[in-house]
Amino acid sequence: MAAAVPIVDYLVLGDDPHLVAKECTSCGARFFDRRNACASCSGTEFSDARVATEGELTAYTIVAFAAPGVPVPFVAGVVDCDGTSVRGNVINVEPDPEHVKLGMKVKLATYVVGTDDEGTEAIGFGFEPIER
Amino acid sequence: MADDIWILGITMTKFGKHPDKDAVDLASEAALGALADAGVTMRDIGVLAAGNLMEAAAGIGQQLQKQIGQTGIPVYNVANACATGATALRTAIMAVKAGECDMGLAVGVEKLAGAGLLGGGGTPKSDKKVFEPRGRFGAVTSTDGRIGTNTMPGVFAQVGMQYLHKHPYEGEPFDLFARISEKNHAHSTLNPLAAYTKRMTLDEIKNDVMIAYPNTRPMCSANCDGAAAAVVVSGSKLKTLSLEQQRRAVKISASVLTSDPWQEACQVLPDVNTLTRLAARQAYEQAGVGPEDLDLVELHDCFATAELVHYDNLELCEPGGAADFFLSGATWRDGKTPVNVSGGLQSKGHPIAATGIANIWEICHHLRGEAGDRQIEGAKVGLAHVIGLGSACGVHILERSGLAA
Repeated sequence: MAAAVPIVDYLVLGDDPHLVAKECTSCGARFFDRRNACASCSGTEFSDARVATEGELTAYTIVAFAAPGVPVPFVAGVVDCDGTSVRGNVINVEPDPEHVKLGMKVKLATYVVGTDDEGTEAIGFGFEPIER
Repeated sequence: MADDIWILGITMTKFGKHPDKDAVDLASEAALGALADAGVTMRDIGVLAAGNLMEAAAGIGQQLQKQIGQTGIPVYNVANACATGATALRTAIMAVKAGECDMGLAVGVEKLAGAGLLGGGGTPKSDKKVFEPRGRFGAVTSTDGRIGTNTMPGVFAQVGMQYLHKHPYEGEPFDLFARISEKNHAHSTLNPLAAYTKRMTLDEIKNDVMIAYPNTRPMCSANCDGAAAAVVVSGSKLKTLSLEQQRRAVKISASVLTSDPWQEACQVLPDVNTLTRLAARQAYEQAGVGPEDLDLVELHDCFATAELVHYDNLELCEPGGAADFFLSGATWRDGKTPVNVSGGLQSKGHPIAATGIANIWEICHHLRGEAGDRQIEGAKVGLAHVIGLGSACGVHILERSGLAA
């Protein structure tokens, strides 16, 4: 099996793929990027917090026109994962307003983004509709 | 009582394509126009604040001085995303307010015709591709289009859709947002300085090229060239000037600049709401007026989806009631609170650094009773709003001079 790396360092791969946020130990604010301090309370200590893998789509757009090299159309959105907002694409869905709905329930899913010259796969994530 | 600050002279160039003029030409045209409108010269100006976002390192202020007057005054070159023009104006206001001088000049200019899509794209990779984590997210490849979108039409599309999720709307979102664009394109037909002055039907807008649902091309701000400039003066200096200058002067009742305070999710999708609400609240307090007193509003409709949320953020409507407010016709030029009678960024155009002064020019034009065919009759109070992602928000409230006819 090919070696795999996550597309970003806050995606944890394995049998149970999930996102991990840096959570401020003083105020609980969550962030996904490398931190110098907390934007909410200026605290400097953070712990890793697992982000729920299911959530609700609270905003979206269907991008039809993007920078060269970015395949279109795709659905970009914000998912409320049990109180933590996550930016991501809505995947495994027809990219049209008949199939993508505000408030729809979605869950984290991973897929292969690409392979580098050493055969390592980059694994991306998105959110797919939860079948009811 | 602190000394009031006034707009003594203000102008904007025609927005659109100016292939034969560079940024310095456009800035000069606007600056000389504002000085002439004010009835003063560069010799009277004690501070210059200049904004040009796309070439922020080029020192547009000093380049401008070399064309219209090198008088040795302090120059502040400012860059603050789409709020650059408002920031330049506010810089000049602060200098006058601080008593460092009694007259200041603010200029904003941008060459943006044909710039295309702003905000998207990734870092080009070297020939040999080996995944290595880079940047603050440890990304091994470009994330634009894979983890959401960086393009402006897509970001602001989500801003509008998020509003309709928080405040559920029964109708079709696409239709609602397209109708906002229909209004602004209709308004633009009366503005000879707008980049586009063609009235568009709802169907034409909806059937145009889709950029990022629900924003089609005419629902996006138009990239174009343009400049705007303003001369500001202290109240005590104004009293020494001619009656005609005093009559045409417009009072700056509030000048506010905010950045976004931390909110959950504000680093996930830019929160353009909280800082606008803060700025509006501060501005109403400073000016001692309320949203119901406004005769016209120029707000930052960089996309049709953005205009809707700012009705609410600027407290023009009931909380959560932006869609109903718009559908009531309130924001058309014959409505209760005319919004973007200039045509807005969607048709007037959005030469980034010029926008935050051009919006104020539009308000002043009406308060002075000089807006011709598109004059809002009897306008006494107006509000101008801009927002730049990152974020920065400028709100100015302007009032007609008591001496005005």
